[in-house]
Amino acid sequence: MKSTFNIHRSPVFWSLLGFTIVVAAFLLVPVVLSILTGLTNNQFVGLSSGLTLKWVFKVWESYQDSLWLSLGIAVACLASTLVMGVPAAYVLSRVQGKLARTIEEMLMLPVALPGLATALALIVTYGALGNFRTHWTFILVGHFLFTLPFMVRSVLAVLLSVDMHTLEEGARSLGATFVQRFCGIVLPNCRSGIVAGSLMVLTLSIGEFNMTLLLHTPLTQTLPVGLADAYASLRIEVGSAYTIVFFMMIVPLLIALQLAGGRKAHK
Amino acid sequence: MKTDRAWLIGMTLPVAAMFFTFFAVPLAKLFVIGGSGELGWSAYVAAFIEPRYWRSMVSTVTLSVVVTISTLVISGVAGVFLARHEFAGRQVLTALLTLPLAFPGVVIGFMVIMLGGRQGLIPTITNMLIGEKLVFAYSMVGLFVGYIYFSIPRTILTVIAAAEKLDPQLIEAARSLGASNWRVLIDVLIPGLKPALLAAGAICFATSMGAFGTAFTLATKIDVLPMIIYTEFTLQANIAMAAALSFVLGLLTWAALAFARSLTGNTVAAAA
Repeated sequence: MKSTFNIHRSPVFWSLLGFTIVVAAFLLVPVVLSILTGLTNNQFVGLSSGLTLKWVFKVWESYQDSLWLSLGIAVACLASTLVMGVPAAYVLSRVQGKLARTIEEMLMLPVALPGLATALALIVTYGALGNFRTHWTFILVGHFLFTLPFMVRSVLAVLLSVDMHTLEEGARSLGATFVQRFCGIVLPNCRSGIVAGSLMVLTLSIGEFNMTLLLHTPLTQTLPVGLADAYASLRIEVGSAYTIVFFMMIVPLLIALQLAGGRKAHK
Repeated sequence: MKTDRAWLIGMTLPVAAMFFTFFAVPLAKLFVIGGSGELGWSAYVAAFIEPRYWRSMVSTVTLSVVVTISTLVISGVAGVFLARHEFAGRQVLTALLTLPLAFPGVVIGFMVIMLGGRQGLIPTITNMLIGEKLVFAYSMVGLFVGYIYFSIPRTILTVIAAAEKLDPQLIEAARSLGASNWRVLIDVLIPGLKPALLAAGAICFATSMGAFGTAFTLATKIDVLPMIIYTEFTLQANIAMAAALSFVLGLLTWAALAFARSLTGNTVAAAA
């Protein structure tokens, strides 16, 4: 029961609202604090030392390579999960039953297993293979395994919610080939799933750390790895400024993700 | 549409090939490497017997269990509240609660430092109030705070989705029969949300077991298993032991997910 126009709320309502606000504050206050710290001249003195962008510029100068690398890997990761994940989701929607469930679960394993284990497994197997180890594609492989299930699940959920079979049967009876049906009917119908999956893949790839810390080399330092480095070795204002740069990349994606999810829910 | 079979198989092949080459084969190799060190196959036994590993395994599991229970309670209360009440600002509140959804562990570690580090908010406040800085970021408490920080957003999402699907008539019926808030909670809400809570809890547990970034940023003295694995690998160069430990960690995590799945009879990972 949703009490929409109830002005006289019960004490239970107010205490629950208070609790929820406290939880939200717990999540947001540190975000605000870190942004402020990154813009403060001297954190020890506090805000009275004045606001500045010098830390952000400093981070931009010394770490922008990591930002471009992270973006590049995220886009490549998106491309590969699109090319391989969307068809795989379609196949899973066609082949229902125990086999499909098993395949789905197997694809989920890289998410269920600790990233550290997957990264170690990749290193002991392919670490000595030519210069693959020092190439950015080595990180890409890890990110691909980790993000693929999110694309597959997102698309699969949409495919299972529309009666694709009837649509396709209709097109087929009119003589449409498989490729025509896939591109003309399947892809347009699962657009919302593709959009949501894509945003999720980008967000996860940009923020991935557990695997990347082991997979990276000094030449292939991604943004979260650079962040860890800055937190450990540089003054707190620089770490905070770096965090601001990271937020600027990831927060728009997260907001887009929420909007996409909201649209889906209201359809 | 039998004739599509060739296409369907063709569409599966690239994923299957990638998965086999870069996941199945490496995992098998990891298992073998785990048994190829000084200790041989008994490295897998050592993971449970050697006091350093055993202690870390116990503290990792304990931490993950406590985090899971706390997250479920916090997100359960807030999620059900948000799903069942309409009020101005509800959507904003929901959006704020789910915003940190994909913050990586390193960043969350830094958030904990902002809250409870040497210059953090809470120590500063306690310093003003009681003249003593309560620094908690670098202890087990700091890890706990960081872990519930990243678990709350995703768990709340699952709870809201499940609570919105609950039939409001059930609650209405219970109320009209004179059930108190408490009885509605015990008899209607919790049973109705049980599958979602189990699924979300399993994911929360699995994520906490493998979480690494937060501990890495906090650079705590507490050795959670992922930190031990990292140390074995980088500082000790004991690749075999690192492999054995990460295989055991993976197995524990997977077992937790499989157990939750057997309880719900559904694909647990759907909540991820």
